[in-house]
Amino acid sequence: MATLEIKDLHAQVEGREILKGVNLAIKQGEVHALMGPNGSGKSTLAYTLLGHPKYKVTSGDILIDGQSIVAFPPDKRAKSGLFLAFQYPVTVPGVTMFSFLRAAYNSVHTDEKNQPPTLFEFRDAMNEKMKLLGVDESFMNRYLNEGFSGGEKKRAEILQLALLKPKFAVLDETDSGLDIDALKTVAEGVSKIAGADLGVLIITHYQRILKYIKPTYVHVLYDGKITASGGEDLSLKLEKEGYGWLKEQTGVVT
Amino acid sequence: MTSAAEIVTDDYKSKYGFADSTGYLAQSVRGINEDVVKEISRIRDEPGWMEDFRLRALKNFLARPVPTWGVDLSPIHFDEYYYYAQPAKETAKKWEDVPPEIRNTFEKLGIPEAERKFLAGVGAIYESQEVYNSLQKDLQKQGVIFTSVGNAVKEYPDLIKKHLGKIVPPSDNKFAALNSAVWSDGPFIYVPEGVKITMPLQSYFRINAQGMGQFERTLIVAEPNSEVHYIEGCTAAMYQKSMLHAAVVELLARKGAKIRYITIQNWSKNVYNLVTKRAHAYEDASVTWLNGEVGSGRNMKYPSIYLLGKNASAEILSMAYAGANQVQDTGGKVVHLASNTSSKIISKSVSKDGGVAVYRGLLHIARGAHNVKSTVRCDALLLDEQSKTSTFPYMEVMADDATVTHEASVGKVGEDQLFYLMARGISERDALSMIVNGFVEPFTKELPMTYAIELNRLMALEMTGAVG
Repeated sequence: MATLEIKDLHAQVEGREILKGVNLAIKQGEVHALMGPNGSGKSTLAYTLLGHPKYKVTSGDILIDGQSIVAFPPDKRAKSGLFLAFQYPVTVPGVTMFSFLRAAYNSVHTDEKNQPPTLFEFRDAMNEKMKLLGVDESFMNRYLNEGFSGGEKKRAEILQLALLKPKFAVLDETDSGLDIDALKTVAEGVSKIAGADLGVLIITHYQRILKYIKPTYVHVLYDGKITASGGEDLSLKLEKEGYGWLKEQTGVVT
Repeated sequence: MTSAAEIVTDDYKSKYGFADSTGYLAQSVRGINEDVVKEISRIRDEPGWMEDFRLRALKNFLARPVPTWGVDLSPIHFDEYYYYAQPAKETAKKWEDVPPEIRNTFEKLGIPEAERKFLAGVGAIYESQEVYNSLQKDLQKQGVIFTSVGNAVKEYPDLIKKHLGKIVPPSDNKFAALNSAVWSDGPFIYVPEGVKITMPLQSYFRINAQGMGQFERTLIVAEPNSEVHYIEGCTAAMYQKSMLHAAVVELLARKGAKIRYITIQNWSKNVYNLVTKRAHAYEDASVTWLNGEVGSGRNMKYPSIYLLGKNASAEILSMAYAGANQVQDTGGKVVHLASNTSSKIISKSVSKDGGVAVYRGLLHIARGAHNVKSTVRCDALLLDEQSKTSTFPYMEVMADDATVTHEASVGKVGEDQLFYLMARGISERDALSMIVNGFVEPFTKELPMTYAIELNRLMALEMTGAVG
């Protein structure tokens, strides 16, 4: 079982320190929820993990199975088994879902002999996952995220997650902007994919998605640091009491 | 799409830029004057009226100054080029009859293979001469003519006299005059009334010799209610010295005829590509120019369509890639001279490594042409800070009931787009090609599949910087 380790991670955006020493270890098969108020650094952590060029790591490390990936460009991190479901998936006009998924699938699943999967292998995998997640075939001919509704965008992210089979998936505010039906569909999708081979980090502001995807651990990110960790009861406490008590506990004013 | 691994090992020099050692049967001396023009006419065994046509054009050429707008043409020294080289005795009807070195060139370029797969006819032009030509038998029976303009001068003199130089007169501009004086080969296509050619006809132009000028002359006549779909491709050997390709292409679409003309221009960077392409479309006719401009160091090309009868329609779709040391000065012109006519000009350009892409276009709607509809759209994509783009969209709308829309945009490849694709394991280079291919997709989707793939591949090749 592989582990994703985040060790004393400090990161800056445009010269401003946002992450101030994050420590977290996620094993394959575990579901971790990361909660926290707006501006606490949740999305920064997501982007930093995947290596967005705007987010600079100043100290600390990110390791998969003991190997540091902190110097890797985003594509190499993805190939190392890390996945990010975006809060705001990006539109790429003129590029069909099909050709995008194929390129991504080929990149991630190219074997040691540098041999990419065949078109048939890809088609089979794609058809299977589309069926699993109830995604319509017409999806494949549409341009990447162009004109997608909020729900469609999130489903497309989950489809990519299913197809790329990472060891660790970071779901960044996957519940944001979704009505309850869309949320259910997406959450069910994640549950179908989750299993012993996938470690999940759900980043969320609200507790509601955790009704559908049960976390093994819940953490609270506050002012760039994890200030509390616990089980599901912690998320329920946050739901009931909000984040105010954390402020008193840490004495930090944001 | 071709895989990145394939692209990166590839380069223009090995794939297209090779030169072979052809001995020519006849070659003009360097430079241009009356003797050279007469010699060309003599080598080609032309009738007197054709020689007169050339000599009149030469006078025009010599009398005109080099244009000073658009691309800087001052480095062109007309005395340094060869204006004529004849590589073979005659046009072969079978590839086996083409001289081996030349056949080899076209084999390397994949032309015979494409012909077997999906073309109705093929012409291959090497330096100044058509060396190979074929046309499917059933089309021959229906009266379709697909030959070189040179052969047509002898075989169909009445048609040539009637049409050559009528849409683009020799006096049109300096380079049209030059072409008219020293024109070599290019296809003559004649489609009789009501005949619809469903599979494309293709010509492939190749310049091999150093310091060569190629003067493609193409003429397509589509009689009423006929249809033709034509594709031209071009490459050249790479040299330090410049080469010149000055073409004149004339299209005539009579009542209800449809012409679709595709160019995949991939000259090497040492080629000046200065072409005049114009079409006349009569009542209910439609003409489409599709231009994929990837090669040439200095390119000036503005295909035009004159809509001369009611309900005629025009489409000019272009895509230009400007890399290091390239100026792509391209665009389109549509002149509406009749009512209920419509036009669409779509231009997409990509600039990288200091490349310059210019859109230059004209939309003219004449007074008295009612109910005209036109859409002009130009989008430019800049891949770095050194590259440049500009647009000069001239509009002359004299009618008061025309519907004209014009949109222009300049974009940069966003960090977020790249990050999104890379976060899925796609390499930076592949991600960039993907974004660029997506950007030009409104153009490539109009091409036959094989050409769309080829064009995407050429662009990816250019973008890797492997082309020297």
